[in-house]
Amino acid sequence: MTAPSSITAAEEGLTVPDAPAEPGTLETALRAGRDAGRKLLVPYVTGGYGTDWAEVVRAVADAGADAIEIGVPFSDPVMDGPVIQAASEEALRAGATPVTILEELRGIDAGVPLAVMTYYNLAFHMGHERFADSLAEAGVAGAILPDLPLEEVGPWATAADAAGVETVLLAAPTAPDERLPRVVARARGFVYAVGLLGVTGERDALAASSLVIARRLKAVTDKPVLVGVGVSTPEQAVEVCSVADGVVIGSALMRRVLEGVGPTGAGAFVAEVRAALDAS
Amino acid sequence: MALPEPSPSGRFGEFGGRYVPETLVPACLDLEAAFREAWADTAFRTQLDDLLRDYAGRPSPLTECHRLSEELGGVRMLLKREDLNHTGSHKINNVLGQALLAQRMGKTRLVAETGAGQHGVATATAAALLGMECMVYMGEVDMARQALNVFRMRLLGAEVVPALSGSRTLKDAVNEAMRDWVATVENTHYCLGSVMGPHPYPWMVREFHTVIGTEARAQCAQLLDGGVPDVVTACVGGGSNAIGIFSGFADTEAELVGVEPAGGAAVGRGVPGVVHGMKSYLMQDEFGQVQEAQSISAGLDYPGVGPEHSHLSAIGRARYEQVTDDEVIAAFQLLSRTEGIIPALEPAHALAWVSRDREALAGRTVLLNLSGRGDKDVGQMMEILG
Repeated sequence: MTAPSSITAAEEGLTVPDAPAEPGTLETALRAGRDAGRKLLVPYVTGGYGTDWAEVVRAVADAGADAIEIGVPFSDPVMDGPVIQAASEEALRAGATPVTILEELRGIDAGVPLAVMTYYNLAFHMGHERFADSLAEAGVAGAILPDLPLEEVGPWATAADAAGVETVLLAAPTAPDERLPRVVARARGFVYAVGLLGVTGERDALAASSLVIARRLKAVTDKPVLVGVGVSTPEQAVEVCSVADGVVIGSALMRRVLEGVGPTGAGAFVAEVRAALDAS
Repeated sequence: MALPEPSPSGRFGEFGGRYVPETLVPACLDLEAAFREAWADTAFRTQLDDLLRDYAGRPSPLTECHRLSEELGGVRMLLKREDLNHTGSHKINNVLGQALLAQRMGKTRLVAETGAGQHGVATATAAALLGMECMVYMGEVDMARQALNVFRMRLLGAEVVPALSGSRTLKDAVNEAMRDWVATVENTHYCLGSVMGPHPYPWMVREFHTVIGTEARAQCAQLLDGGVPDVVTACVGGGSNAIGIFSGFADTEAELVGVEPAGGAAVGRGVPGVVHGMKSYLMQDEFGQVQEAQSISAGLDYPGVGPEHSHLSAIGRARYEQVTDDEVIAAFQLLSRTEGIIPALEPAHALAWVSRDREALAGRTVLLNLSGRGDKDVGQMMEILG
């Protein structure tokens, strides 16, 4: 075996810049909700799925979402389970691209902050600055790139910070204690706590790991901590919010959308979760 | 060693890295540490070398092909016979290494992706040998065209799960294997089958395959009076057999030529992109959506390529040629007829390039890595050739 390379991460241009001290619009809105005693609810909608997806976004906003994740479909979504894979594939088949989705978002006027959830290659391919700028121009406040972990986030984060786009980072149950403070320090908007070992999708019961990761994160940050992956029902949302500041609900909503409930049905489901959280 | 270790972030030049979901970062870091430690441990190396010799049948021979050389108009052809390894391909080198490492790390279960089924069969074999649980993901399309290997894996005690998304080939099998690993990382090792994926895989898999190049270098020296071949060639999908043989000659004057299928030519047609944990050349559309490869060979039907190949191409140390399915079919028959060796469709790509460029190669010595045997492809060829 050869001697390890003498190139350092800094020389490779891979240093991770500190997150800006000032919270952006997404984090500010979520903090305000939390400070007002509200449990935070962030539904996920796949951009480009169905001709009425923008109506779905507006419906879930009206039903009490605090922010909305907009999925920009990618050909190889490795963090996603069957429901979001199916929605992504169908959206791609229907011709959805980052350009068409951002174009539609520009005029959506949802009244709550939006965060795009997609995979890194779409940003890398377009170019970090161009992608970050196009998000900002479309009025998108945040970005979630689940295949871009802390060590690789530097070049993107630099461009996103400059454009005023908040990069949400994921924190997983597998992270050792020393890693979590570094993740939350770089996270903007909110900290996305991965509720279980696995990909997105509905589960019969809330995984115990959801509460554990939320508790570990709350101990090291005052940024909003939202649990996603495997939060499927109003009851599960209430349960996880006994510790977390809020929840992300994706597959449970998109399954209903795939079944054809339309904007009204999507809004009704989100309203149901909202009511359960408010009553808790 | 002729090929250097990647940078601390797992890069070969600008390519490589570790683009995985946060859940898998600790597992990749643990794997890197465990591999580094094991690879420096004489006991581990001895354990692996013993298995490679007594179980896999190494060293594999170097065969000089007189009739083929004549047929090609005077290209002196040497074949590195990875087809003679146990399980029928070079894949066993990497799999025995990873399975021993997984066991050393306390993992009890292996997951793998497979295209043609050779890596799946090798993984199922190692799992049977070491008493581990094994699950192999395989594109639904590939399960149909490689039904024999599906049966072999099941016979060996592995569970074979069809990948039903996307193009239902190798790329989608990788997605499914990664999704499995995200959920099972505590007791499971992802036994990745090529020099691709997140760091440390491209480096670790290369190291497990350097045995090919090391043996071939010594065998060539013996045959060529201490010399090296003029050209070293191998097929490239992810690129593990190519890196294995290139590693023995990267510090020589030998020309290194990787051969990709025209319908899956990541280096030839790709631009840099990020998928499956790595930055490398990638076939993609104008928005960065990964394109589906199209190749007669399930083992090379992949739109990406290992990051070190992208680097070797970028710095000009290796070059990458493309061949068509028709040229491959002709080469498959050529080797069978002239040498009595039925090659797998994958290494037939490398021979197809030699055959096409025979005039330019006349009088030169070409070492070709015959990465696997053709038994698995006979059914498919029977349909094509009638």
